Amino acid sequence: MTEMNENPLDLLPEVLLAASAVLGLLLGSWLPRVRQWIVGLLAAVACVAGIVAASPAAGEPATTAFGEAFTVDPVTNTSRIVILGGTLLVLGVSFRPLKGDARETEFYVLVQLAALGALMMAGTQDLLLLAAGYLLASIPAYTLAGFRKDGPGTEAALKYYVVGALLGVLMLTGITVLYATGGGTGYPMLGEAFRDAPEALVATGSIGLLAGVLFKAGGVPAHFWVPDAVQGSSPPVAALLTTIPKIGALAALFRLGDVVFADSTLPWPALVAVLAAASMTLGNLGAFFQQDVKRLLAYSTISQVGYLLMPVAVAGRADLAQQALLYYLAAYAVTNLGAFAVVCAFPHAHTLEDYRGLAKERPLLAASLVICLLGLVGTPPTAVFLGKLEAFSAAFDGGYAWLAALAAANTVASLFYYLRWIVPAVSRSGPSMSAAGDSAARMTAYTAAAISLGLGIAGGPVLDALS
Amino acid sequence: MLSALVFAPTAVALLLFALPRRTTPQVFRAVWVGTSALELALVIAVWAGYDADGGLQYEQRTRWIPSAGVGYHVGVDGLSLPLLALTCLLFLACALYSLREDRRVREFAALFLFLQTTCLGLFAALDLILFFVFFDLSIVAMYFVIAGWGHQQAARAALKFFLYTFIGSLALLLGFIGLYLAASPHTFDMVELTEQNPLAGRSAYAALVLLAVVVGLAVKTPTVPFHTWLPPAHVEAPAAGSAILAGVLLKMGTYGFVRIAMPMLPEAWRRYALVLVVVGVLSVLHGALVALAQTDFKRMVAYTSVNHMGYIVLAVGAAAATADSSEQARSLAVTGAVTQMVSHGLLTGALFLLAGVLYERGRTYDMGSYSGVAGAAPAFAAMTGVAAFASLGLPGFSGFIAEFQIFTGSLGPQPLATALSVLGILLTAGLFLRALRQVFTGPLRLPDAPGTPRAFPDIRTHESLAVVPLLALAVVLGVAPRFLLDVIEPASRSVLELLAR
Repeated sequence: MTEMNENPLDLLPEVLLAASAVLGLLLGSWLPRVRQWIVGLLAAVACVAGIVAASPAAGEPATTAFGEAFTVDPVTNTSRIVILGGTLLVLGVSFRPLKGDARETEFYVLVQLAALGALMMAGTQDLLLLAAGYLLASIPAYTLAGFRKDGPGTEAALKYYVVGALLGVLMLTGITVLYATGGGTGYPMLGEAFRDAPEALVATGSIGLLAGVLFKAGGVPAHFWVPDAVQGSSPPVAALLTTIPKIGALAALFRLGDVVFADSTLPWPALVAVLAAASMTLGNLGAFFQQDVKRLLAYSTISQVGYLLMPVAVAGRADLAQQALLYYLAAYAVTNLGAFAVVCAFPHAHTLEDYRGLAKERPLLAASLVICLLGLVGTPPTAVFLGKLEAFSAAFDGGYAWLAALAAANTVASLFYYLRWIVPAVSRSGPSMSAAGDSAARMTAYTAAAISLGLGIAGGPVLDALS
Repeated sequence: MLSALVFAPTAVALLLFALPRRTTPQVFRAVWVGTSALELALVIAVWAGYDADGGLQYEQRTRWIPSAGVGYHVGVDGLSLPLLALTCLLFLACALYSLREDRRVREFAALFLFLQTTCLGLFAALDLILFFVFFDLSIVAMYFVIAGWGHQQAARAALKFFLYTFIGSLALLLGFIGLYLAASPHTFDMVELTEQNPLAGRSAYAALVLLAVVVGLAVKTPTVPFHTWLPPAHVEAPAAGSAILAGVLLKMGTYGFVRIAMPMLPEAWRRYALVLVVVGVLSVLHGALVALAQTDFKRMVAYTSVNHMGYIVLAVGAAAATADSSEQARSLAVTGAVTQMVSHGLLTGALFLLAGVLYERGRTYDMGSYSGVAGAAPAFAAMTGVAAFASLGLPGFSGFIAEFQIFTGSLGPQPLATALSVLGILLTAGLFLRALRQVFTGPLRLPDAPGTPRAFPDIRTHESLAVVPLLALAVVLGVAPRFLLDVIEPASRSVLELLAR
């Protein structure tokens, strides 16, 4: 361990977000209720500043900060940009429904803390810091899920919390076992130690660890909470739950596969590949006949985790893995948030049928919805298509051609349920939905759809920066 | 020039949305027809400047996503130029035909203009991912055409169409990724991949990639047994949509065979050519026999498409036979295949538009409900007759030239398969004659509409403006095909050279 690298500026985005959360909390207790939106603005400023701070470092070689616990490399920097950008979009859709709410400040502070937890998970290379990041990402999210204090919200929070607490304990147990096996918690050191460690111990520990990280990612088999928590919580919170923690969790998983388990006795790639296959398939099957849009998106996000796990499975085995994962993460985050922004724009439309006639009332919003949903399918030229192309290529290259073929089959299956939503939205018959709604959320939806399309058409420079 | 040709329709489509909401439909129609006419003029200019022996021309190449091996690369040669021209002509015909369309004209026109971009882009693309992008977008646009303007069962047919062709497109994508990873350096550029022939000597890998590519293209073509999406999609689509679907979209599959599968996977193609020959013959016979059993005019035409596409698959399969057949015969088969794509586009386009005329008058495609229509609508009857005779391959029409070349080219390498396929002509002759007799001869009888029986007005100006040029061109190609063949022949020779590696 060196003494030289305790430079807080390496962690500037994280520090900014934490400072803004604390400052917001203080500010919120002094501001009158009608001006609490200032806290939201402060959060947005912190996110923008964080993105600005992380951008120049995105292409730079890796350094570590605070001992060996935190690494600042392209994975961290990209995750920072994606998480903070995603948080901005979440703030965009929360602005109107939260305005004048008695707990407006608390909401913004919790959102920032949850994002901070995701940031920590993305950058850590120490198991204990990973556990801390897990808790920081989880606890504000539990609260947010039940933020409305109504029946479904309480159920959502409770289920989310119980599953999260259980899997969190499993994760801590796993970390303990790995610590005992490897004699440390830093990734590089563990990577060396696991090269000839007893397989049973590594397997036990890593399964516990996976339980926790997969819970945050919302992947099979730790996915039970997703549909209920997403359906029960308010639309902005649902948007957050399905996007922000996943980014941190998948970046963390990638790092684990790349550094810790790359040379271990454990068949890690095969294990992750099986989880990816299960996640995409079960998520799709679950989504097929959903009537509630949030529930449909919840299952869709489970299946998307499956695709995201493909590059994770071949981490360190395929050249494309890193850029595939990072690009797909960015593409997924913006596309998924775009779809949720449309949901947020119509807080009273719950089922697919409620969206009938959207194209007649709000053609631009319908176009955004179509772009985002087809984007989630992976239709070119949206960003997710390029992400899928990279992920499929990486899986092929890493020797998992079967996984790529299965993913392609799953993509077709997913088309079915996304179309079930697109069809009523663009059809002209039947009663049309009311044009009233949330203008901030509409703007967010347009922005997200535009980014999703733009990132797909002009993905070249972005991919260059990631590789 | 080529990029302008490809993207101009979409730019106009976006402009349509910028017009104020109260603009009268006439404006949209005028803009649509004007744009399509301009596109046709552009493609004629491209043709005029094309040197038949010059290989790839009008090439444009810019960096797009270099780190993923994807570039923006377009160009034309003798394989793509005829199809580009066909696309522009058919879209103009559809624009003219739709002059009476009054349901949501702005969206309809915009969708067709966008669809035109995807079709032109696909035939011009020289990068696999660019090809794929247009391939997928054409599916999306056609889905909305069928779902938004189709008949009663349109939603279901559109979904089936989308799911089937999307499965195909993903198989295609996997094949493309296979090619990409095999090449070093990794690239999706078609010209480089063709030169590199990256899968030479890797038979198992090449077989898998070929399987993925061929399945993808076969779904789109469609060949037996992947054709089941086609009849419902055709029957439920609006007339202009059916014409484009059959005339242009089906060609994407067969074009992919000669553009991608044959030159990039020559060894594997030669090894498995027999499978394609068998599939081709099955498509020919199955398509013709099932068409014979139809009572619905449009569905019958749809099945004859399966039959006609079968000839193309037969030809590209037979062309791979080596050694014992002459170079010239095989070249003839490939040339015939490309000619058939053009010819089928013209004739099926015309037939589907005529089916639309029939439906517009009688509100049904059921041939049993009509009789003696020739008396009421002689011009309509004449056009349908011409289209039907041309489609069954009568000398003097483009279909004859194409099928003659295909059979002459394939007979040497694959005598049995070719002999069986010739039966297909007989069957199509029978079914078209039967349909003509049923609908046009005998005492006048029209479908029972609710209320009074309506008159059957003869073909209108805008309808004949759409159909007559297609038929006229089919005759011109049948009588004087040199101008087309001169363009195709050098290209098909070079495909065979690539295949012989």
